[in-house]
Amino acid sequence: MYPVASIPTTHVLAVALVLFLLGLLGVLVRRDLIYVLMSLEIMINAAALAFVAAAAKWKQPDGQIMVILILVAAAAEVGVGLSLVLRIYHRFDTVDADQVSSMRG
Amino acid sequence: MHVLWLVPALPLAGALLLALFGGLMPRRAAGAIGCGAVGLSWVVSLLVAGSFLGAPPAGGAFRQTLFQWIAVDSLRIGMGLYLDPLSLVMISVVCFVGFVIHLYSAEFMFREDGYGRFFCYMNLFVASMLILVLGDNLLSLYLGWEGVGLCSYLLIGFWYLDRANGRAARKAFIVTRIGDTSLAIGLFLIFWRLGTLDIQQAMGSAAALGSLATVAGLLLLGGAVGKSAQIPLQTWLPDAMAGPTPVSALIHAATMVTAGVYLIARTHALYALTPQAMLVVAIVGAATAVYAGFSALTQRDIKRVLAYSTISQIGYMFLALGVGAWWAAIFHFMTHAFFKALLFLSAGIVIQALDEEHDIYRMGGLFGKLPTAAWTFLVGAASLSALPLVTAGFYSKDAILWAAWSSPGGSAALWGAAIVTATLTGLYIFRVFFLVFFGPEGKPVERRPGFLMNLAVVTLAVFSVVGGFVGMPPALGGYNPFGRLLAGVFGAEPATAISTQNLFIGFSALASLAGMGLGWMFFLRLRDWTPALARSRGYEGARRFLLAGWGFDWLYDRLLVRPYVVMTSLNRGDFVDWLFTGLAYATGAGNRFMSATQSGRVRNYATGLLLGAVIVLALLLVR
Amino acid sequence: MNAIGYAACAVAVIGALLAITRRNAIHALLSLIAMLLAVAVIFFVLGAPFISVLQVAIYAGAIMVLFVFVVMMLNLGPPQEREEQRWLGGGIWAVPAVLAAAFLALGYYAVTAVKGAPPSAGMVGPKQVGLALYRDYVLVVELASLLLVAGLVGAFHIAPPTREEPPVEPSHAPAPHTQAEEATYVSGR
Repeated sequence: MYPVASIPTTHVLAVALVLFLLGLLGVLVRRDLIYVLMSLEIMINAAALAFVAAAAKWKQPDGQIMVILILVAAAAEVGVGLSLVLRIYHRFDTVDADQVSSMRG
Repeated sequence: MHVLWLVPALPLAGALLLALFGGLMPRRAAGAIGCGAVGLSWVVSLLVAGSFLGAPPAGGAFRQTLFQWIAVDSLRIGMGLYLDPLSLVMISVVCFVGFVIHLYSAEFMFREDGYGRFFCYMNLFVASMLILVLGDNLLSLYLGWEGVGLCSYLLIGFWYLDRANGRAARKAFIVTRIGDTSLAIGLFLIFWRLGTLDIQQAMGSAAALGSLATVAGLLLLGGAVGKSAQIPLQTWLPDAMAGPTPVSALIHAATMVTAGVYLIARTHALYALTPQAMLVVAIVGAATAVYAGFSALTQRDIKRVLAYSTISQIGYMFLALGVGAWWAAIFHFMTHAFFKALLFLSAGIVIQALDEEHDIYRMGGLFGKLPTAAWTFLVGAASLSALPLVTAGFYSKDAILWAAWSSPGGSAALWGAAIVTATLTGLYIFRVFFLVFFGPEGKPVERRPGFLMNLAVVTLAVFSVVGGFVGMPPALGGYNPFGRLLAGVFGAEPATAISTQNLFIGFSALASLAGMGLGWMFFLRLRDWTPALARSRGYEGARRFLLAGWGFDWLYDRLLVRPYVVMTSLNRGDFVDWLFTGLAYATGAGNRFMSATQSGRVRNYATGLLLGAVIVLALLLVR
Repeated sequence: MNAIGYAACAVAVIGALLAITRRNAIHALLSLIAMLLAVAVIFFVLGAPFISVLQVAIYAGAIMVLFVFVVMMLNLGPPQEREEQRWLGGGIWAVPAVLAAAFLALGYYAVTAVKGAPPSAGMVGPKQVGLALYRDYVLVVELASLLLVAGLVGAFHIAPPTREEPPVEPSHAPAPHTQAEEATYVSGR
């Protein structure tokens, strides 16, 4: 229906990799739980991008269906995750991930 | 003669009884068992001697095999008893002197704690000594050797609550241990080369050792030097005087310290093959005799004088062995056992009478107060100094002096050393005699000896006089049954020039008298003159040097003890042990490290996940 | 089209970078939304219009809104901003950077192993996706709905209990008469 771009799959995958790593860095570096969840979203999105790249390469809808699933999973995860963050804030009065470490040793 | 086995078995049984029940029985019972065991053993030894002398067995020796002790592969050691004239003499002396000393100590130790323990150890000692001299193979000799070493340790440290006694006991044990190691290596060598430890077999085939015979001889000499307190392992004996006086008399004068002499005499066939080793033996003996003679001159403790005297006299015995005069050494052993034990026991009377006073400069004027002790000490001193003609010591010492000059292995130097020592002997022992029994009064007498103690010293005094009459030189009649008896073991004595021998008898008599005279002069007559001598230049330094036993203890301390202590303190952490504790420590450290990774922080866990992912990816991709 | 695609890639990367380094939560969220939208553009450019719309609607629309709500509820203000500044110190980036670099190297190696010519232009439209979804992958739909229910119930359960209502003190204000007053009275609680 419209002209689709012919970007080499390698490039798209490389972009997905970089996005994934940026999200990963965010998870490891940030202490605030909100940011951690945000970075997780970035990572998940990068994975979705990889799937779409594959779908584009093979011209199959299966990749897109996988992305739908990813979307669903991300939504559920965000819902539960954010309610957990609220619970933690309610209990510890902080959203610092390093404070929530009573399972140490 | 078949009751021979009772001779060592009776004291052993006594020791066992006393070990188990000694604390439970009353003192008199313990004393009775202790003395009775050795007494019975003595009686049996008399019976055996009578039987042996009356009807000598074929081959000159009687063997009694008791049981098989070790049977491992090609190593077969039995426990057997071998009775020939040499061991007969040894057990007779050991049993008799042992019995006398036991009687003495029954009274001497009566007020001490651990009375039963004392007799247990003493009996065990006598049993070990008898096993040592009766054993028919070198391993049972070694068994007895170790046994007497153990009992020596136990008895030196008898009053163990005083730490100094424990130190002296340990010193004795450790120094003799060095000798024991040498002896053990010698036994290994003999077994390796000759394939047997049976004494008669080994001595019979000793020629098979070839050039190693010297090595074996020197190794055995090492063991003998340790046990008999010769240079360089003599440092333990003066300190061993920390034990009770009967112990000093029995172990460190009459019997244990002569074990080395017995060893060399027993293996004389081996030594006969190696003149070099024999020369070493003779030199060791002569040097030690002179050394100890000088050291004894300056001692203040009466028992230390006697200890150095023992070292010196055993030096004589070694000298005799080294020049090949085996029978003379054994003869001197016998007479020495009598008069040295006598000296110790009468010194013990004096010590106990003055309430544990050992310093001779604090004693004095005791001649009238303790007549028994005084007369018996005089007899002992005379015998020790070889007072001519009337004392046993004269005949035995003279035999040695003559052999030192005339034997193939003898020389003028050896004889000279022996003569000097003879003079010194007279000097130092009469110094003690005059200082203790004459002169201004020292401490007052508190206790007097009782019947048993007096009996013991008088008996020994008698034997110190008559004991020598069985070995007279040719000039004085040549009545020498002793020599003839031992010729059955050692071979006949070579013929010697009689006239020269007479001359030398004269020399040795002169030397003894000179020594005694000097002692009389310095310490009785010219007492006022001696302090002037003491103030002369160099005297004090020389005195201290001799007092310290020529600095051997100082030397060993600097050379051996201190580096060892430094090394052990360096290894305080025990690096070998660290191999094992290190394992535990590493595990603990690993645990601590791993626990640290459980920080409870999500970020850290995520980092770990990433690390793992990277590693797995790398493994998968880089292929 | 290619140019748009590459531009969108750049925006996405920059947006992600900003998202993880801002100290104000809202700024980070906005950057994140920018990144998501850029990724949607990439989807579109690659011939997946259905997914790109879904991305905008669900991801940037619903999920990010959830984030914004929560951030508002937590009320992280300037003190938290200062705290974040402190936390984002120098050394904190060291180990993750090293590991990420290693991962990047490995990933690059893996990605460049993909061979093949650029895909021939072709769009996979919603019709195709829908058919595939309800024909071959119909179970996936059911599972997805199960997952959503689970998420819903979980979120509801885990969320902290509501705060206690503060006691209402008898006010001296007269009882509300007008409807407007009533409305403000009710909503003022």
